[in-house]
Amino acid sequence: MEVVDLKKDKLIIAKKVFNSRLIVGTGKYKNMSQCAKAIKLSGADIVTVAVRRVNITDKNKPLLMDYIDPKKITYLPNTAGCFNSNDALRTLRLAREIGGWKLVKLEVLGDKKNLFPEMIETLKSTEILSKEGFKVMVYCNDDPLMARRLENAGACAIMPLAAPIGSGLGILNKINIKIIRNQTKLPLIIDAGLGQASDATIAMELGCDGVLVNTAIAKAKKPFEMALAFKNSVIAGRQSYLAGRIEKKLMGNPSSPSKGLI
Amino acid sequence: MKKIKKIKIKLNGKVRLLPEKTNLSKLVKILKIPIKKVAIELNQEIIDKRKISKILLKDDDKIEIVHFIGGG
Repeated sequence: MEVVDLKKDKLIIAKKVFNSRLIVGTGKYKNMSQCAKAIKLSGADIVTVAVRRVNITDKNKPLLMDYIDPKKITYLPNTAGCFNSNDALRTLRLAREIGGWKLVKLEVLGDKKNLFPEMIETLKSTEILSKEGFKVMVYCNDDPLMARRLENAGACAIMPLAAPIGSGLGILNKINIKIIRNQTKLPLIIDAGLGQASDATIAMELGCDGVLVNTAIAKAKKPFEMALAFKNSVIAGRQSYLAGRIEKKLMGNPSSPSKGLI
Repeated sequence: MKKIKKIKIKLNGKVRLLPEKTNLSKLVKILKIPIKKVAIELNQEIIDKRKISKILLKDDDKIEIVHFIGGG
């Protein structure tokens, strides 16, 4: 009997091979050491990071790179906080300059309250960045048509939201995620809106290649335990997806044979 | 004594006075910035970090020095 060896089941993005299908954010933690420990426990080998001004006045402020070694963990520069294409492009060009990062996450927001992606600006930015040689993982809404446009524009991964960023609502539109899964061969990674570990399992069972989680771990009552829970839930979901679920039926179907009943 | 002329630049959004003919490399040293961990923009153009000693700062220059911090 063949059993899928999950150790050989790698996540591949832009020809880069990753062991974990869980990507974690590095924001919202109490401090850098809590962040570093949670990441370690999560088993993630990609973390998202933000580009911001260096604090000129307080030089003793701890640096992310002192806690999370970019040689061991892949930094995924993110444009969170950008509300137009120009700002996003500027941010990622700067990110590339810091240390040669080409694999990036594009996130152009359109509304300060719901934090939904501004898809016209996102599409425009994807085209430009791809032409400049960036490998662009794109945060987007869960619209299959837009996902196809992003793919045609050169995205290296499609990252639809489950729900608004930081909302913890879980996957609100499973059907759209499934449709996107069926239409694309690109890595499909659920980004934003997950609230608990089981949400990640559902994402993986829908056939997603990975999930990106930040708030649900960083703001859990016990972030370390939640980091572990997410690690396990992603593995469980992937295994379940590969195992192939049974068909859904309207009526009952007994598990024990009816023949030979006393 | 001859007074050293100062120039006014904007560094990460804040005004700063520097002696005339300060180059970018000098500024980075004054600030004790770990050069390998940052990117530098001068008047919205990204600067090649290998060439910072050749860039003389002038009045009204706008400099942005950025790095990676925690984010989602």
